[in-house]
Amino acid sequence: MTKTAATRDGYGEALLELASNPKVVVLEADLGKSTKSLHFRKAHPERTVSCGIGEQNMLLVGAGLAASGYIPFASTFAIFTERAFEQMRNGVARPNLAVHVCGSHGGTHTGTDGSSAQSIEDLAIYRTLPNVIVMHPSDVVSTKELTLQLANSGSPSYMRTARNKTPVLYEGREDDIKIGKGIVLKEGHDVAIVACGVMVSEALKASEALATEGIQASVVDMHTLKPLDGGLLDQLVASCGAIVTAEDHSVIGGLGGAVAEHLTANIFAPLERVGVQDRFGESGQSDEMLEVMQISAPYIAEAAKRAIARKEK
Amino acid sequence: MTSADELRELARRCRVHIVNMVHRAQAGHPGGSLSEIDLLVALYKTTLRVRPDEPKWDDRDRFVLSKGHASPGMYAILAEMGFISVEDLSSYRVLGGVCQGHVDMKWCPGVDFSAGSLGMGLSFGMGSAIAGRLEGSERQIYVMLGDGEIQEGSVWEAAMAAAHHELGNLNVILDRNRIQNDDFCEAQMRMFDIPAKWRAFGWNVKEIDGHNMEEIIEGMQFLTSTNDGPSILIANTVKGHGVSFMADNPAFHGAAPNDEQYALAMKELGEVGA
Repeated sequence: MTKTAATRDGYGEALLELASNPKVVVLEADLGKSTKSLHFRKAHPERTVSCGIGEQNMLLVGAGLAASGYIPFASTFAIFTERAFEQMRNGVARPNLAVHVCGSHGGTHTGTDGSSAQSIEDLAIYRTLPNVIVMHPSDVVSTKELTLQLANSGSPSYMRTARNKTPVLYEGREDDIKIGKGIVLKEGHDVAIVACGVMVSEALKASEALATEGIQASVVDMHTLKPLDGGLLDQLVASCGAIVTAEDHSVIGGLGGAVAEHLTANIFAPLERVGVQDRFGESGQSDEMLEVMQISAPYIAEAAKRAIARKEK
Repeated sequence: MTSADELRELARRCRVHIVNMVHRAQAGHPGGSLSEIDLLVALYKTTLRVRPDEPKWDDRDRFVLSKGHASPGMYAILAEMGFISVEDLSSYRVLGGVCQGHVDMKWCPGVDFSAGSLGMGLSFGMGSAIAGRLEGSERQIYVMLGDGEIQEGSVWEAAMAAAHHELGNLNVILDRNRIQNDDFCEAQMRMFDIPAKWRAFGWNVKEIDGHNMEEIIEGMQFLTSTNDGPSILIANTVKGHGVSFMADNPAFHGAAPNDEQYALAMKELGEVGA
Protein backbone atom coordinates (compact mmCIF):
# COMPACT_ATOMS: atom_id res chain seq x y z
CA MET A 1 0.00 0.00 0.00
CA THR A 2 1.38 3.37 -1.00
CA LYS A 3 1.90 5.76 1.86
CA THR A 4 -0.23 8.90 1.51
CA ALA A 5 -0.41 12.30 3.20
CA ALA A 6 -1.83 15.75 2.51
CA THR A 7 0.55 18.44 1.29
CA ARG A 8 -1.02 20.93 3.70
CA ASP A 9 0.44 18.86 6.54
CA GLY A 10 3.90 19.41 5.05
CA TYR A 11 3.27 23.14 5.23
CA GLY A 12 2.25 22.89 8.89
CA GLU A 13 5.31 20.83 9.76
CA ALA A 14 7.61 23.27 7.99
CA LEU A 15 6.20 26.27 9.86
CA LEU A 16 6.82 24.54 13.15
CA GLU A 17 10.40 23.82 12.15
CA LEU A 18 10.88 27.41 10.96
CA ALA A 19 9.77 28.71 14.35
CA SER A 20 13.36 28.48 15.58
CA ASN A 21 13.92 31.62 13.48
CA PRO A 22 12.50 34.43 15.66
CA LYS A 23 11.72 36.49 12.55
CA VAL A 24 9.18 33.99 11.25
CA VAL A 25 5.59 35.11 11.85
CA VAL A 26 2.38 33.32 10.94
CA LEU A 27 -0.78 35.08 9.76
CA GLU A 28 -4.17 33.42 9.80
CA ALA A 29 -7.62 34.24 8.44
CA ASP A 30 -9.75 31.86 10.49
CA LEU A 31 -8.59 28.77 8.61
CA GLY A 32 -5.50 27.76 10.57
CA LYS A 33 -7.04 24.39 11.41
CA SER A 34 -7.46 23.73 7.70
CA THR A 35 -4.23 25.16 6.30
CA LYS A 36 -2.31 23.58 9.21
CA SER A 37 -0.75 26.74 10.55
CA LEU A 38 -2.49 25.83 13.83
CA HIS A 39 0.54 23.85 15.02
CA PHE A 40 2.67 27.00 14.88
CA ARG A 41 -0.08 29.00 16.58
CA LYS A 42 -0.30 26.54 19.47
CA ALA A 43 3.46 26.58 20.00
CA HIS A 44 4.01 30.30 19.33
CA PRO A 45 0.83 32.32 19.90
CA GLU A 46 2.92 35.49 20.37
CA ARG A 47 4.12 35.24 16.76
CA THR A 48 0.76 34.30 15.27
CA VAL A 49 -1.54 37.07 14.10
CA SER A 50 -5.24 36.38 13.72
CA CYS A 51 -6.59 38.58 10.95
CA GLY A 52 -10.12 37.28 11.30
CA ILE A 53 -11.95 36.57 8.09
CA GLY A 54 -10.14 39.36 6.29
CA GLU A 55 -7.75 38.26 3.57
CA GLN A 56 -7.10 41.68 2.06
CA ASN A 57 -5.93 43.00 5.40
CA MET A 58 -3.89 39.86 6.06
CA LEU A 59 -1.71 40.16 2.97
CA LEU A 60 -0.81 43.76 3.73
CA VAL A 61 -0.19 43.10 7.42
CA GLY A 62 2.32 40.65 5.97
CA ALA A 63 3.76 43.41 3.79
CA GLY A 64 4.21 45.66 6.83
CA LEU A 65 5.94 42.87 8.73
CA ALA A 66 8.19 42.01 5.78
CA ALA A 67 9.18 45.67 5.37
CA SER A 68 10.21 45.63 9.03
CA GLY A 69 12.49 42.61 8.68
CA TYR A 70 10.09 39.78 9.52
CA ILE A 71 9.30 36.68 7.46
CA PRO A 72 5.52 36.36 7.33
CA PHE A 73 3.72 33.19 6.23
CA ALA A 74 0.04 33.86 5.51
CA SER A 75 -2.38 31.11 4.67
CA THR A 76 -6.02 30.60 3.80
CA PHE A 77 -7.87 28.63 1.15
CA ALA A 78 -6.45 29.14 -2.34
CA ILE A 79 -9.74 30.57 -3.50
CA PHE A 80 -9.81 33.23 -0.77
CA THR A 81 -6.31 34.45 -1.50
CA GLU A 82 -7.72 35.52 -4.85
CA ARG A 83 -9.97 38.21 -3.34
CA ALA A 84 -6.77 39.88 -2.17
CA PHE A 85 -5.13 39.70 -5.59
CA GLU A 86 -4.74 43.44 -5.92
CA GLN A 87 -3.20 43.63 -2.45
CA MET A 88 -0.77 40.94 -3.60
CA ARG A 89 -0.09 42.88 -6.78
CA ASN A 90 0.25 46.41 -5.46
CA GLY A 91 1.25 45.92 -1.84
CA VAL A 92 3.42 42.79 -1.96
CA ALA A 93 4.79 42.03 -5.45
CA ARG A 94 5.33 45.62 -6.59
CA PRO A 95 7.48 46.65 -3.61
CA ASN A 96 8.97 43.10 -3.67
CA LEU A 97 8.20 42.34 -0.03
CA ALA A 98 8.81 38.71 0.91
CA VAL A 99 5.34 37.73 2.08
CA HIS A 100 4.73 34.00 1.69
CA VAL A 101 1.14 33.17 0.80
CA CYS A 102 -0.07 29.60 1.03
CA GLY A 103 -3.38 28.73 -0.60
CA SER A 104 -4.61 25.38 0.64
CA HIS A 105 -7.53 23.35 -0.69
CA GLY A 106 -6.63 24.28 -4.26
CA GLY A 107 -8.09 22.72 -7.39
CA THR A 108 -11.11 20.53 -8.03
CA HIS A 109 -9.38 17.84 -5.92
CA THR A 110 -10.60 19.75 -2.86
CA GLY A 111 -13.88 17.98 -3.50
CA THR A 112 -17.31 18.15 -2.04
CA ASP A 113 -17.43 21.84 -1.06
CA GLY A 114 -18.01 22.31 -4.76
CA SER A 115 -17.15 24.95 -7.30
CA SER A 116 -17.09 27.97 -4.97
CA ALA A 117 -14.14 26.45 -3.11
CA GLN A 118 -12.29 24.90 -6.05
CA SER A 119 -9.64 27.39 -7.14
CA ILE A 120 -8.67 26.57 -10.71
CA GLU A 121 -7.08 29.91 -11.63
CA ASP A 122 -4.79 30.75 -8.70
CA LEU A 123 -1.57 29.59 -10.33
CA ALA A 124 -2.38 31.56 -13.47
CA ILE A 125 -3.07 34.88 -11.78
CA TYR A 126 -0.07 34.83 -9.45
CA ARG A 127 2.21 33.81 -12.31
CA THR A 128 1.50 37.16 -13.96
CA LEU A 129 3.06 39.09 -11.07
CA PRO A 130 6.73 40.14 -11.30
CA ASN A 131 8.96 39.03 -8.40
CA VAL A 132 6.58 36.29 -7.19
CA ILE A 133 7.62 32.63 -6.85
CA VAL A 134 4.69 30.32 -7.73
CA MET A 135 4.68 26.68 -6.62
CA HIS A 136 2.37 23.69 -6.38
CA PRO A 137 4.19 20.78 -4.72
CA SER A 138 3.08 17.19 -5.20
CA ASP A 139 3.67 15.52 -1.87
CA VAL A 140 4.05 16.18 1.82
CA VAL A 141 7.85 15.90 1.82
CA SER A 142 8.44 18.36 -1.02
CA THR A 143 5.89 20.77 0.42
CA LYS A 144 7.77 20.83 3.69
CA GLU A 145 11.16 21.20 2.02
CA LEU A 146 10.01 23.97 -0.34
CA THR A 147 8.34 25.86 2.51
CA LEU A 148 11.61 25.72 4.47
CA GLN A 149 13.46 27.11 1.45
CA LEU A 150 10.96 29.95 1.00
CA ALA A 151 11.96 31.40 4.35
CA ASN A 152 15.40 32.20 2.90
CA SER A 153 14.27 33.11 -0.61
CA GLY A 154 13.86 36.84 -0.02
CA SER A 155 11.05 36.91 -2.59
CA PRO A 156 7.29 37.00 -2.22
CA SER A 157 5.64 33.71 -3.02
CA TYR A 158 2.41 31.89 -3.63
CA MET A 159 2.23 28.17 -2.93
CA ARG A 160 -0.82 25.99 -3.45
CA THR A 161 -1.35 22.98 -1.22
CA ALA A 162 -4.08 20.36 -1.38
CA ARG A 163 -6.69 19.34 1.14
CA ASN A 164 -6.72 15.61 0.43
CA LYS A 165 -4.05 12.94 0.68
CA THR A 166 -1.76 12.05 -2.18
CA PRO A 167 1.06 9.48 -2.44
CA VAL A 168 4.31 10.32 -0.64
CA LEU A 169 7.01 10.51 -3.32
CA TYR A 170 10.13 11.98 -1.76
CA GLU A 171 10.75 10.35 1.59
CA GLY A 172 14.52 10.53 2.17
CA ARG A 173 14.99 12.53 -1.06
CA GLU A 174 14.85 16.02 0.43
CA ASP A 175 18.14 16.97 -1.23
CA ASP A 176 16.55 16.61 -4.70
CA ILE A 177 14.05 19.36 -4.00
CA LYS A 178 14.98 22.92 -4.94
CA ILE A 179 12.81 25.94 -5.71
CA GLY A 180 12.83 26.46 -9.47
CA LYS A 181 14.16 23.00 -10.36
CA GLY A 182 11.88 20.36 -11.87
CA ILE A 183 12.41 16.78 -10.71
CA VAL A 184 12.69 13.96 -13.23
CA LEU A 185 10.85 11.04 -11.64
CA LYS A 186 11.02 8.72 -14.61
CA GLU A 187 13.00 8.79 -17.84
CA GLY A 188 11.60 7.78 -21.21
CA HIS A 189 12.18 8.95 -24.76
CA ASP A 190 8.79 8.94 -26.44
CA VAL A 191 7.01 11.73 -24.59
CA ALA A 192 7.52 13.86 -21.47
CA ILE A 193 4.69 14.35 -18.99
CA VAL A 194 5.23 17.53 -17.00
CA ALA A 195 2.91 17.72 -14.00
CA CYS A 196 2.43 19.62 -10.78
CA GLY A 197 0.66 19.03 -7.49
CA VAL A 198 -1.87 16.26 -7.16
CA MET A 199 -1.41 15.40 -10.85
CA VAL A 200 2.16 14.15 -10.45
CA SER A 201 1.06 10.79 -9.10
CA GLU A 202 -1.58 10.60 -11.84
CA ALA A 203 1.20 11.21 -14.36
CA LEU A 204 3.21 8.34 -12.88
CA LYS A 205 0.19 6.06 -13.20
CA ALA A 206 -0.25 7.17 -16.80
CA SER A 207 3.39 6.37 -17.56
CA GLU A 208 2.91 2.85 -16.22
CA ALA A 209 -0.13 2.33 -18.45
CA LEU A 210 1.77 3.71 -21.44
CA ALA A 211 4.68 1.36 -20.72
CA THR A 212 2.36 -1.64 -21.13
CA GLU A 213 1.75 -0.39 -24.66
CA GLY A 214 5.45 0.04 -25.34
CA ILE A 215 5.49 3.81 -24.88
CA GLN A 216 8.26 5.13 -22.64
CA ALA A 217 7.36 8.42 -20.99
CA SER A 218 9.46 10.77 -18.91
CA VAL A 219 7.63 12.12 -15.89
CA VAL A 220 8.62 15.45 -14.36
CA ASP A 221 7.39 17.07 -11.17
CA MET A 222 7.37 20.76 -12.10
CA HIS A 223 6.53 21.96 -8.59
CA THR A 224 7.73 25.50 -9.40
CA LEU A 225 5.76 27.26 -12.13
CA LYS A 226 7.72 30.45 -11.69
CA PRO A 227 10.60 30.73 -12.17
CA LEU A 228 10.02 27.93 -14.68
CA ASP A 229 12.80 25.39 -15.21
CA GLY A 230 13.26 26.21 -18.90
CA GLY A 231 16.56 24.36 -19.15
CA LEU A 232 14.89 21.12 -18.16
CA LEU A 233 12.06 21.72 -20.65
CA ASP A 234 14.60 22.21 -23.43
CA GLN A 235 16.23 18.89 -22.50
CA LEU A 236 12.86 17.15 -22.53
CA VAL A 237 12.05 18.54 -25.95
CA ALA A 238 15.40 17.27 -27.21
CA SER A 239 15.06 13.80 -25.70
CA CYS A 240 11.31 13.20 -26.12
CA GLY A 241 10.10 15.56 -28.86
CA ALA A 242 6.60 15.88 -27.39
CA ILE A 243 5.23 17.26 -24.13
CA VAL A 244 2.09 16.74 -22.07
CA THR A 245 1.27 19.01 -19.14
CA ALA A 246 -1.00 17.82 -16.34
CA GLU A 247 -2.54 20.04 -13.67
CA ASP A 248 -5.64 20.31 -11.52
CA HIS A 249 -6.09 23.88 -12.77
CA SER A 250 -7.43 25.65 -15.80
CA VAL A 251 -5.54 24.90 -19.01
CA ILE A 252 -5.40 28.67 -19.40
CA GLY A 253 -2.40 30.31 -17.80
CA GLY A 254 -1.21 27.65 -15.36
CA LEU A 255 1.44 24.99 -15.94
CA GLY A 256 0.15 24.30 -19.45
CA GLY A 257 0.20 27.99 -20.22
CA ALA A 258 3.69 28.43 -18.81
CA VAL A 259 5.09 25.50 -20.79
CA ALA A 260 3.36 26.69 -23.97
CA GLU A 261 4.91 30.12 -23.54
CA HIS A 262 8.33 28.56 -23.10
CA LEU A 263 8.04 26.22 -26.09
CA THR A 264 6.83 28.89 -28.48
CA ALA A 265 9.69 31.17 -27.49
CA ASN A 266 12.38 28.47 -27.58
CA ILE A 267 12.58 24.98 -29.13
CA PHE A 268 9.11 24.03 -30.30
CA ALA A 269 7.51 20.62 -29.72
CA PRO A 270 3.91 19.34 -29.86
CA LEU A 271 2.15 20.09 -26.56
CA GLU A 272 -1.03 18.60 -25.13
CA ARG A 273 -2.44 20.29 -22.04
CA VAL A 274 -4.39 18.17 -19.56
CA GLY A 275 -6.29 20.36 -17.12
CA VAL A 276 -9.63 21.92 -16.40
CA GLN A 277 -11.15 22.91 -19.75
CA ASP A 278 -12.35 26.46 -19.12
CA ARG A 279 -15.24 25.46 -16.89
CA PHE A 280 -16.17 25.41 -13.19
CA GLY A 281 -16.32 22.33 -10.99
CA GLU A 282 -19.06 20.84 -8.81
CA SER A 283 -19.41 18.80 -5.62
CA GLY A 284 -17.77 15.40 -5.75
CA GLN A 285 -15.09 13.24 -4.18
CA SER A 286 -11.50 13.96 -5.22
CA ASP A 287 -11.22 10.90 -7.45
CA GLU A 288 -14.62 11.63 -8.97
CA MET A 289 -13.59 15.18 -9.74
CA LEU A 290 -10.48 14.06 -11.60
CA GLU A 291 -12.77 11.92 -13.78
CA VAL A 292 -15.41 14.61 -14.29
CA MET A 293 -12.71 17.08 -15.26
CA GLN A 294 -11.06 14.46 -17.47
CA ILE A 295 -7.65 14.89 -15.92
CA SER A 296 -7.01 11.48 -14.31
CA ALA A 297 -4.28 9.06 -15.46
CA PRO A 298 -6.16 7.57 -18.46
CA TYR A 299 -6.73 11.05 -19.87
CA ILE A 300 -3.05 11.86 -19.45
CA ALA A 301 -2.13 8.66 -21.29
CA GLU A 302 -4.49 9.54 -24.14
CA ALA A 303 -2.99 13.02 -24.34
CA ALA A 304 0.48 11.46 -24.49
CA LYS A 305 -0.52 9.42 -27.53
CA ARG A 306 -1.97 12.50 -29.22
CA ALA A 307 1.25 14.38 -28.60
CA ILE A 308 3.34 11.53 -30.01
CA ALA A 309 1.08 11.33 -33.09
CA ARG A 310 1.59 15.02 -33.73
CA LYS A 311 5.37 14.68 -33.80
CA GLU A 312 5.24 11.69 -36.16
CA LYS A 313 4.09 13.45 -39.25
CA MET B 1 10.22 72.31 19.25
CA THR B 2 9.16 74.31 16.26
CA SER B 3 6.68 77.12 16.92
CA ALA B 4 3.25 77.23 15.33
CA ASP B 5 4.31 80.30 13.34
CA GLU B 6 7.33 78.49 11.97
CA LEU B 7 5.13 75.55 11.03
CA ARG B 8 2.71 77.85 9.23
CA GLU B 9 5.55 79.38 7.22
CA LEU B 10 6.90 75.91 6.37
CA ALA B 11 3.42 74.82 5.28
CA ARG B 12 3.21 77.89 3.04
CA ARG B 13 6.49 76.94 1.36
CA CYS B 14 5.24 73.38 0.93
CA ARG B 15 2.07 74.70 -0.72
CA VAL B 16 4.25 76.57 -3.19
CA HIS B 17 6.13 73.32 -3.93
CA ILE B 18 2.83 71.48 -4.42
CA VAL B 19 1.44 73.96 -6.91
CA ASN B 20 4.79 74.12 -8.68
CA MET B 21 4.96 70.35 -9.05
CA VAL B 22 1.45 69.94 -10.37
CA HIS B 23 1.75 72.93 -12.71
CA ARG B 24 5.08 71.70 -14.08
CA ALA B 25 3.75 68.17 -14.63
CA GLN B 26 0.36 69.45 -15.86
CA ALA B 27 -1.06 66.50 -13.95
CA GLY B 28 -1.42 65.27 -10.41
CA HIS B 29 -3.47 65.86 -7.31
CA PRO B 30 -3.24 69.35 -5.81
CA GLY B 31 -6.50 69.35 -3.80
CA GLY B 32 -5.68 66.54 -1.37
CA SER B 33 -2.07 67.66 -1.13
CA LEU B 34 -3.14 71.14 -0.03
CA SER B 35 -5.65 69.75 2.48
CA GLU B 36 -3.13 67.41 4.13
CA ILE B 37 -0.06 69.61 4.17
CA ASP B 38 -0.58 71.41 7.50
CA LEU B 39 -0.94 67.98 9.12
CA LEU B 40 2.16 66.59 7.41
CA VAL B 41 4.28 69.60 8.35
CA ALA B 42 3.30 69.30 12.01
CA LEU B 43 3.77 65.54 12.03
CA TYR B 44 7.26 65.66 10.54
CA LYS B 45 8.48 68.67 12.52
CA THR B 46 7.01 67.96 15.96
CA THR B 47 6.44 64.23 16.24
CA LEU B 48 7.96 61.83 13.72
CA ARG B 49 11.29 60.28 14.79
CA VAL B 50 13.15 59.98 11.49
CA ARG B 51 16.65 60.63 10.17
CA PRO B 52 16.77 62.29 6.75
CA ASP B 53 20.42 61.26 6.36
CA GLU B 54 19.57 57.65 7.27
CA PRO B 55 16.11 57.07 5.75
CA LYS B 56 16.19 53.29 6.38
CA TRP B 57 17.12 53.65 10.07
CA ASP B 58 15.56 50.49 11.56
CA ASP B 59 13.98 52.08 14.59
CA ARG B 60 12.47 55.10 12.87
CA ASP B 61 8.82 55.91 13.24
CA ARG B 62 6.92 54.93 10.11
CA PHE B 63 4.72 57.22 8.07
CA VAL B 64 2.41 55.70 5.50
CA LEU B 65 0.63 58.02 3.08
CA SER B 66 -2.20 55.67 2.26
CA LYS B 67 -3.83 58.27 0.03
CA GLY B 68 -0.73 57.88 -2.11
CA HIS B 69 -1.97 60.05 -4.97
CA ALA B 70 -1.61 63.09 -2.69
CA SER B 71 2.11 62.66 -3.22
CA PRO B 72 3.03 66.30 -3.96
CA GLY B 73 2.29 67.09 -0.32
CA MET B 74 4.57 64.33 0.89
CA TYR B 75 7.34 65.14 -1.56
CA ALA B 76 7.20 68.76 -0.45
CA ILE B 77 7.78 67.94 3.22
CA LEU B 78 10.39 65.29 2.34
CA ALA B 79 12.30 67.97 0.43
CA GLU B 80 12.00 70.48 3.28
CA MET B 81 13.20 67.78 5.73
CA GLY B 82 16.18 66.92 3.51
CA PHE B 83 15.24 63.37 2.48
CA ILE B 84 15.30 64.58 -1.12
CA SER B 85 16.37 67.89 -2.62
CA VAL B 86 14.10 70.69 -3.73
CA GLU B 87 15.49 70.05 -7.24
CA ASP B 88 14.15 66.48 -7.01
CA LEU B 89 10.64 67.90 -6.88
CA SER B 90 10.89 68.71 -10.58
CA SER B 91 11.08 64.96 -11.24
CA TYR B 92 7.43 64.58 -10.22
CA ARG B 93 5.73 62.35 -12.83
CA VAL B 94 8.83 62.47 -15.03
CA LEU B 95 10.36 59.28 -16.44
CA GLY B 96 13.02 58.01 -14.05
CA GLY B 97 12.16 60.57 -11.37
CA VAL B 98 12.33 59.83 -7.65
CA CYS B 99 8.96 61.58 -7.35
CA GLN B 100 6.76 58.95 -9.00
CA GLY B 101 3.12 59.81 -9.60
CA HIS B 102 2.13 58.00 -6.41
CA VAL B 103 4.52 57.65 -3.48
CA ASP B 104 6.80 54.63 -3.94
CA MET B 105 9.21 53.12 -1.41
CA LYS B 106 11.36 51.74 -4.23
CA TRP B 107 11.93 55.16 -5.73
CA CYS B 108 11.93 57.82 -3.05
CA PRO B 109 13.95 58.01 0.19
CA GLY B 110 11.70 58.53 3.20
CA VAL B 111 8.71 56.73 1.69
CA ASP B 112 7.83 53.69 3.83
CA PHE B 113 5.13 52.16 1.65
CA SER B 114 4.31 52.12 -2.05
CA ALA B 115 0.76 53.41 -2.07
CA GLY B 116 -1.52 54.67 -4.81
CA SER B 117 -4.24 52.07 -4.62
CA LEU B 118 -6.65 53.19 -1.92
CA GLY B 119 -7.41 51.21 1.21
CA MET B 120 -4.03 49.53 1.65
CA GLY B 121 -1.99 51.73 3.97
CA LEU B 122 -3.73 50.95 7.25
CA SER B 123 -3.16 47.21 6.82
CA PHE B 124 0.51 47.82 6.03
CA GLY B 125 0.71 50.10 9.05
CA MET B 126 -0.81 47.39 11.20
CA GLY B 127 1.90 44.94 10.10
CA SER B 128 4.54 47.57 10.86
CA ALA B 129 2.98 48.11 14.30
CA ILE B 130 3.04 44.39 15.08
CA ALA B 131 6.68 44.26 14.00
CA GLY B 132 7.49 47.14 16.37
CA ARG B 133 5.74 45.40 19.21
CA LEU B 134 7.48 42.07 18.54
CA GLU B 135 10.82 43.87 18.70
CA GLY B 136 9.93 45.67 21.90
CA SER B 137 10.48 48.98 20.13
CA GLU B 138 8.87 52.24 21.17
CA ARG B 139 8.51 53.34 17.57
CA GLN B 140 5.17 54.68 16.41
CA ILE B 141 3.37 54.09 13.14
CA TYR B 142 1.39 56.91 11.51
CA VAL B 143 -0.98 56.33 8.61
CA MET B 144 -2.76 59.07 6.72
CA LEU B 145 -6.09 58.12 5.20
CA GLY B 146 -8.40 60.16 3.02
CA ASP B 147 -12.09 60.39 3.80
CA GLY B 148 -13.09 59.11 0.38
CA GLU B 149 -10.61 56.30 0.90
CA ILE B 150 -12.46 54.90 3.89
CA GLN B 151 -15.20 53.80 1.53
CA GLU B 152 -12.86 50.91 0.72
CA GLY B 153 -14.02 47.88 2.73
CA SER B 154 -10.50 46.69 3.46
CA VAL B 155 -9.94 49.79 5.63
CA TRP B 156 -12.51 48.39 8.03
CA GLU B 157 -10.92 44.95 8.03
CA ALA B 158 -7.78 46.68 9.23
CA ALA B 159 -9.63 48.94 11.68
CA MET B 160 -11.25 45.93 13.32
CA ALA B 161 -8.03 43.92 13.43
CA ALA B 162 -5.90 46.77 14.83
CA ALA B 163 -8.32 47.29 17.71
CA HIS B 164 -8.52 43.54 18.34
CA HIS B 165 -4.75 43.45 18.69
CA GLU B 166 -4.75 46.61 20.86
CA LEU B 167 -2.07 48.29 18.75
CA GLY B 168 -1.39 51.40 20.77
CA ASN B 169 1.55 52.21 18.52
CA LEU B 170 -0.72 52.56 15.49
CA ASN B 171 -2.06 56.04 14.72
CA VAL B 172 -4.24 57.31 11.91
CA ILE B 173 -4.65 60.85 10.69
CA LEU B 174 -7.81 61.20 8.61
CA ASP B 175 -7.77 64.03 6.10
CA ARG B 176 -11.48 64.82 6.16
CA ASN B 177 -11.58 67.15 3.16
CA ARG B 178 -15.07 66.10 2.03
CA ILE B 179 -14.23 65.75 -1.65
CA GLN B 180 -13.28 62.71 -3.70
CA ASN B 181 -12.52 62.15 -7.37
CA ASP B 182 -15.91 62.63 -8.96
CA ASP B 183 -17.67 64.91 -6.51
CA PHE B 184 -18.28 65.76 -2.86
CA CYS B 185 -18.13 62.65 -0.64
CA GLU B 186 -21.64 63.31 0.53
CA ALA B 187 -22.87 62.90 -3.05
CA GLN B 188 -20.79 59.82 -3.82
CA MET B 189 -21.28 57.86 -0.61
CA ARG B 190 -22.77 59.32 2.53
CA MET B 191 -20.50 58.76 5.51
CA PHE B 192 -22.83 59.50 8.40
CA ASP B 193 -21.02 59.80 11.76
CA ILE B 194 -17.36 59.08 11.04
CA PRO B 195 -16.07 59.56 14.62
CA ALA B 196 -18.81 57.24 15.90
CA LYS B 197 -17.82 54.58 13.37
CA TRP B 198 -14.20 54.57 14.57
CA ARG B 199 -15.26 54.60 18.22
CA ALA B 200 -17.53 51.65 17.53
CA PHE B 201 -14.54 49.82 16.03
CA GLY B 202 -12.67 50.32 19.31
CA TRP B 203 -10.43 53.28 18.46
CA ASN B 204 -9.48 56.36 20.45
CA VAL B 205 -10.87 59.32 18.53
CA LYS B 206 -10.16 63.06 18.49
CA GLU B 207 -11.48 65.66 16.07
CA ILE B 208 -9.64 68.85 15.15
CA ASP B 209 -9.56 71.68 12.64
CA GLY B 210 -6.88 70.40 10.27
CA HIS B 211 -5.75 73.90 9.30
CA ASN B 212 -5.41 75.31 12.83
CA MET B 213 -1.78 74.69 13.73
CA GLU B 214 -2.33 74.94 17.49
CA GLU B 215 -5.09 72.32 17.29
CA ILE B 216 -2.93 70.13 15.05
CA ILE B 217 -0.07 70.20 17.57
CA GLU B 218 -2.52 69.18 20.30
CA GLY B 219 -3.76 66.44 18.00
CA MET B 220 -0.26 65.04 17.56
CA GLN B 221 0.12 64.98 21.34
CA PHE B 222 -3.15 63.07 21.55
CA LEU B 223 -1.80 60.44 19.15
CA THR B 224 1.50 59.99 20.99
CA SER B 225 -0.11 59.90 24.44
CA THR B 226 -2.85 57.33 23.73
CA ASN B 227 -1.22 53.93 23.86
CA ASP B 228 -3.97 51.64 25.13
CA GLY B 229 -5.12 50.93 21.58
CA PRO B 230 -5.09 52.45 18.10
CA SER B 231 -5.94 56.13 17.80
CA ILE B 232 -7.34 58.30 15.06
CA LEU B 233 -7.10 62.04 14.63
CA ILE B 234 -9.95 63.20 12.44
CA ALA B 235 -8.80 66.44 10.87
CA ASN B 236 -11.51 68.55 9.29
CA THR B 237 -9.85 70.17 6.32
CA VAL B 238 -10.68 71.99 3.12
CA LYS B 239 -9.61 70.42 -0.13
CA GLY B 240 -7.34 72.81 -2.00
CA HIS B 241 -6.84 74.96 1.11
CA GLY B 242 -4.61 77.98 0.52
CA VAL B 243 -5.48 78.59 -3.13
CA SER B 244 -8.82 80.34 -3.51
CA PHE B 245 -10.03 78.77 -6.72
CA MET B 246 -8.98 75.26 -5.67
CA ALA B 247 -10.53 75.43 -2.21
CA ASP B 248 -13.54 73.18 -1.75
CA ASN B 249 -13.63 72.64 -5.51
CA PRO B 250 -13.98 69.03 -6.75
CA ALA B 251 -12.48 70.09 -10.09
CA PHE B 252 -9.05 70.34 -8.44
CA HIS B 253 -8.96 66.86 -6.94
CA GLY B 254 -6.86 65.72 -9.86
CA ALA B 255 -6.26 68.61 -12.21
CA ALA B 256 -3.40 71.03 -12.79
CA PRO B 257 -3.73 74.81 -12.93
CA ASN B 258 -3.14 76.56 -16.24
CA ASP B 259 -0.53 79.34 -16.46
CA GLU B 260 -2.96 82.08 -15.49
CA GLN B 261 -4.28 80.10 -12.53
CA TYR B 262 -0.73 79.25 -11.56
CA ALA B 263 0.24 82.93 -11.40
CA LEU B 264 -2.77 83.67 -9.25
CA ALA B 265 -1.96 80.76 -6.93
CA MET B 266 1.62 81.94 -6.49
CA LYS B 267 0.40 85.41 -5.64
CA GLU B 268 -2.04 84.07 -3.07
CA LEU B 269 0.71 81.94 -1.54
CA GLY B 270 2.90 84.98 -1.08
CA GLU B 271 5.33 84.26 -3.91
CA VAL B 272 4.87 87.67 -5.56
CA GLY B 273 7.23 88.14 -8.44
CA ALA B 274 7.99 84.43 -8.57
